[in-house]
Amino acid sequence: MSQPAPSLTTTEAVPLGSPSLSDAVPVDAASWRRRVDASARLPVLAYVLSGVVWLLVGTVFALLASFKLHEADWLGETAALTFGRVRPAHLATMIYGWLSMVDVGIMIWLWGRLLKTEVRHPWVLLASCALWNVGMVVGTVGLLAGFSTGVEWVEMPVAAFFCIVPALGLVAFALLSSLGRRRVRHLYISVWYLGACMLWTPILLVAVLLPIYSGVPHATVNWWFAHNILGLWLTPVGLAAAYYFIPKVVGRPVYSYHLSYLGFWTLALFYNWAGVHHLVGGPPPQWLVTVSIVFSVMMIIPVLVVAVNHHMTAFARIRRVLYSPTLRFVVFGAMSYTVVSLQGALMPFRSLMEVTHFTHHTIAHSHLGVYAFATMVAFGSVYYLLPRVTGWEWASRRLIALHFWTTGLGIGMYVVGLTVGGIQQGLLMNDASVPFLDVVIATKPWLWSRSIAGVLITVGHLTFAWLVWQIVRHRGPAPDGPVYFRPPPTGLFGRGDGGRAPVADSSLL
Amino acid sequence: MLTRPALLFLGAFAAILMSYTALSLVPKMQLATIEPTPGTEQPFGAQVQGREIYIREGCVYCHTQQVRAPGYGADVERGWGPRGSLPGDYVYDSPHLLGTMRTGPDLRDIASRQPSADWHYAHFYNPRSVSPGSVMPPYPWLFRTVEVGPGGAPGNAVPLPPEFAPGDGLAIVPTGEAEALYAYLMTLKLEPVEAPAPSPATE
Repeated sequence: MSQPAPSLTTTEAVPLGSPSLSDAVPVDAASWRRRVDASARLPVLAYVLSGVVWLLVGTVFALLASFKLHEADWLGETAALTFGRVRPAHLATMIYGWLSMVDVGIMIWLWGRLLKTEVRHPWVLLASCALWNVGMVVGTVGLLAGFSTGVEWVEMPVAAFFCIVPALGLVAFALLSSLGRRRVRHLYISVWYLGACMLWTPILLVAVLLPIYSGVPHATVNWWFAHNILGLWLTPVGLAAAYYFIPKVVGRPVYSYHLSYLGFWTLALFYNWAGVHHLVGGPPPQWLVTVSIVFSVMMIIPVLVVAVNHHMTAFARIRRVLYSPTLRFVVFGAMSYTVVSLQGALMPFRSLMEVTHFTHHTIAHSHLGVYAFATMVAFGSVYYLLPRVTGWEWASRRLIALHFWTTGLGIGMYVVGLTVGGIQQGLLMNDASVPFLDVVIATKPWLWSRSIAGVLITVGHLTFAWLVWQIVRHRGPAPDGPVYFRPPPTGLFGRGDGGRAPVADSSLL
Repeated sequence: MLTRPALLFLGAFAAILMSYTALSLVPKMQLATIEPTPGTEQPFGAQVQGREIYIREGCVYCHTQQVRAPGYGADVERGWGPRGSLPGDYVYDSPHLLGTMRTGPDLRDIASRQPSADWHYAHFYNPRSVSPGSVMPPYPWLFRTVEVGPGGAPGNAVPLPPEFAPGDGLAIVPTGEAEALYAYLMTLKLEPVEAPAPSPATE
């Protein structure tokens, strides 16, 4: 079967429309990539750096929330730092600050690369980034000051979303406007995921924020949204990145490109029905919950398709994870996606939900998705694209390794601890002869294990932030090639430099 | 082949529109005319303010307000309510506060289970003063410390065990916010319904 190679090195450059970006259009692939990377430089840097700042802010909230759950009186006098305020602040800064913003950065860069065209309207993108950050500051301060909307996953005061939704609209405008100027006919599967989620995400946010709901229908739209912001926003960007970086670093085409169409459309059709399984056993009409359970199980199809494509592609040359930071992070993320999605397809059964619903098991599951999948893929993507847009290299392979092992082990410990602890909590809770306070006390060791895991992850985040700062500032010795975990055998990664700009290329923007 | 972006956007738009209609608009219409269950009343005054404080302090992250029917979980056996929750229990809830996490117990019927104001004030002030081992945060900003005058402690002083009391000559009294939060909790009451609860919207 002949699959279109995701690599742009050999695809034909078919000019569509009348692209005349420059009189001197460079013809070889490496020059192309440098031009595209250069055009993406400022917006990508702005979004990635903003994301990293919010990652650090969100990490502080995470530690506060985690420790407060077993040390309830710690900082207990300060209203702004009570658990019920820092927890939504953690979610908001991680989802809408860190992951959404770094994902937009990745998206802008992938978009240019995959359409083989310069990123258009960089100033619009920069303005959208500024607007987004304003929204995040308003939202975070608002939450700590006590202005929560009370609706899970959109707790930030509505003013914050009045910034973020238009910012997303500007991103969509800037990126979609380059579709007509693309120099490839075929749209690679990553473009499908990215294009669709640019449409889905503003619709999701507007739909959930409409002030027309109350009571039980409000709960169903709430969980329709909360599930979809993962499945139709963070997941498509994560999958788009994995579909790009795995074949790129492995140097082989996607295992079965035709399967990837099936994976895309089944995700688009099935995922957005699954969210109401969060209300199993609750007051919504039973048909709704049943529909959601059915679609949750049907998600097995897109998950297996993506698993086949990602893992079969990566396993063809799996030894490369020993060397490439990008591949190691992205493969970790892709494997987590398979695990979390299969778990997600089985969890909604009523018999299992009877135990795991309302427990820390759910928290473990959500972190397996948002962190072990989406965040790890984002880390891997940043390790690939920042050298291309900064023209510099990562300062230390040892620190990248530290980042990988602290976050990888940390999230593993987090998920295992809360999964086991959540099942125990659920079993005890369903035994009416156990006093409720005994259930609370039984979960405490698992809450401690979560806090220790959180400290490990924090070490990883500080390392990552420091590395990003170094590469952006061009610190350290002048690079003499890509940074690998260890020196790869000669020729392992071929001739390609992946389109790195020459060091200190000053012709950019 | 995948060369036409318009096809992508149409398909993606249709997909999300279908699920939004089915999971959000249809239940909204189906439940639009539902009657409140007996005992469910529109909150007013301090109860409304109390609900806002419940939202502000993020109570929803640890307390659900939905009782599972007998046979599914042990909610009723635990004394969290006389029956499973019904859509009619929530007609005045905006935003909804169903919650998804039970670090603490369900609160939909807390007014029946624990009506004591003294208990709730001590619990808000420091949960461990009445529930040793609890992991609930304290909310001291809902209280004021006052000096005990020659006439003795004020009538609304919160009774606290000595290790949580503020010290000699001082007393803890609830602010209007603590009183509002208590007033809101006292609206959370489930009454049995006549017929054995049909599962919500049986069809």
